[in-house]
Amino acid sequence: MAEVSPNQGEEPAPSRRRLLAAAAAFAGVAIAPGVTLVEVARAARPGEPVTSKVRWGLLIDANLCQEGCQECVLACNRENGLEGGTRPVDVQWIRKVELKERATGRTLGLPVMCQHCANPPCVDVCPTKASFKRADGIVLVDRHTCIGCRYCMLACPYKARSMVHEPITQQKPEVPRGKGCVESCTLCVHRIDRGERNTACAEACPTKAILFGDLNDPESEISRRIASLPTKELRADLRLDLGVRYTGL
Amino acid sequence: MASVLALPADGERAFWIRLAAGLAVLAAGLGSAWMIFRAGHIATNMNNEIVWGTPHVFAIFLIVAASGVLNVASMASVFGQLHYKPWARLSGLLCIAMLAGGLMVLMLDLGRPDRVVVAATHINLTSVFAWNVFLYTGMFALAALYLWMQMEKRMNRYARPVGIAAFVWRFVLTTGTGCIFAFLVARQAYASAVLPPLFIAMSLAWGMAVFVLVQAACGGAGEDLQRRMRNLLGILIALVLYLTAVYHLTNLYFARQTEFVRFILLDGGVYPLLFWGGYVLAGSLVPMWLVWRQGAGMGSLRAAAALTVVGAFAALYVFILGGQAFPLDIFPGFDETSSFRDGAIAGYVPSLLEVLLGLGGVAAAYLITLVGIQVLDFLPGEADGSPAAR
Repeated sequence: MAEVSPNQGEEPAPSRRRLLAAAAAFAGVAIAPGVTLVEVARAARPGEPVTSKVRWGLLIDANLCQEGCQECVLACNRENGLEGGTRPVDVQWIRKVELKERATGRTLGLPVMCQHCANPPCVDVCPTKASFKRADGIVLVDRHTCIGCRYCMLACPYKARSMVHEPITQQKPEVPRGKGCVESCTLCVHRIDRGERNTACAEACPTKAILFGDLNDPESEISRRIASLPTKELRADLRLDLGVRYTGL
Repeated sequence: MASVLALPADGERAFWIRLAAGLAVLAAGLGSAWMIFRAGHIATNMNNEIVWGTPHVFAIFLIVAASGVLNVASMASVFGQLHYKPWARLSGLLCIAMLAGGLMVLMLDLGRPDRVVVAATHINLTSVFAWNVFLYTGMFALAALYLWMQMEKRMNRYARPVGIAAFVWRFVLTTGTGCIFAFLVARQAYASAVLPPLFIAMSLAWGMAVFVLVQAACGGAGEDLQRRMRNLLGILIALVLYLTAVYHLTNLYFARQTEFVRFILLDGGVYPLLFWGGYVLAGSLVPMWLVWRQGAGMGSLRAAAALTVVGAFAALYVFILGGQAFPLDIFPGFDETSSFRDGAIAGYVPSLLEVLLGLGGVAAAYLITLVGIQVLDFLPGEADGSPAAR
């Protein structure tokens, strides 16, 4: 049998009590940053308010983007119920841009969509606050307060916004749209709010040239790749702090 | 009634004919707006590249000139130029009328004009567009207050302070209109600090020109006032031309802007043509020659004013449409192509519906003025006691 301690069953002495309290306080201070880190990395669950602890974004690798491939564009159209037309009056949330460098003749292609700026000019200029940025960095248009003035379209440096020029039918319930309102890439916000963690364009890309993830989480794949690859923001001179980064450009 | 100046002997008949003509054009404008609202903006030639079109040319002309027509009131009330005083009331009425016409066009061109009340209930204070909502309503209020001070004898002594307030407000308002474009940081055509002062100068010149034309339709001014107005109009046209030159020269100085300047002034097809032929030659140089040539009279002043208005439309068309037609430079150093026409010059021809909507705004301003001078004492009369006003 184990030997019974002479102090067993007694209250700790005052000096021991102080020692235990100090140890608990020290442990609390030591553990707190870890707990906070866990919080930072955790995105809102379905039904919870969005949080600025995450910032959703994309990394696009122009080296992997294949010439002539339109899979991301087609997937975006399918996902969001867009008509897929390419007339100047048609809505295009994502487009494939083919580039030729003037100095070297090098050619490359990449998709361009709303860049989900941290300092979005469209939000600044919108007279009714219909253009807004969510806490998680996604820039959206409130369909109920957009008056169709199109000032945001003029202000966007990336030609990322379209106005719906004619009546539309066959809308997807999770992607409300309407004639006379301006719209753009939502970063598949309906998926994110369901708890999914990928956009339709990234999912459809056959070469994985589009990577979706949390830019605030240093352990996410997108953050690790941005840390290890040379990446660029479009029109970085405007200092809009974009949620979409490009590599191979 | 002051309508003796506006209406000849067969006054009543002429009034009803003018009213009917104005209403017909207004109806055409409202009908166009209804068709655009029902069908969507696909009924126009505006699109996702040319976002603002011909209605905006009309609307911005009306709003900018609305501020400028108050020159006459300011000359009388702020600078004490008594020759202008009898015309100060008409100038206030025109300000209200043109502002109403311009705002009508802007509102009816919205993608969702049925939500215009949202613009009043959801205000984003970082938006220069929202600031302009306050500036326009403030201008309405000040112009109306100014008219009250002018027309109610007991309030005449307050006309000067209210006139000064309106004078300051005009500058702020046109600064705000210029800032709508100057704040578009990504557009080669617009992100320029020269634009607010340019818009102030444009308002002064174009408003003066409109006033001269309306004044001529109401019987015209006396020789002394004509001479002063000719001189003032010439100086204001020269000021706009000077600031326009500064705007293009500063753009030319920045290497990244030279392609845009080449487009708008040389290679851009209709835009250089309208700029040099419509704005510089017909809208600026010829009017300046007309007002400053030997023997210039009332005919010269009217012709100069009419040409200034033509030049104003040419200048705004080049500025608004040409500025959007030139592609955004998203990938400096690259040539780009895409299904969204990245890197391509956007095409645009005004559609009939757009022109009619714009003319509807002009008709609204015309009708407010016509009815205003018919029912109230807006024109110089015996009470003003100044034959020079005539």
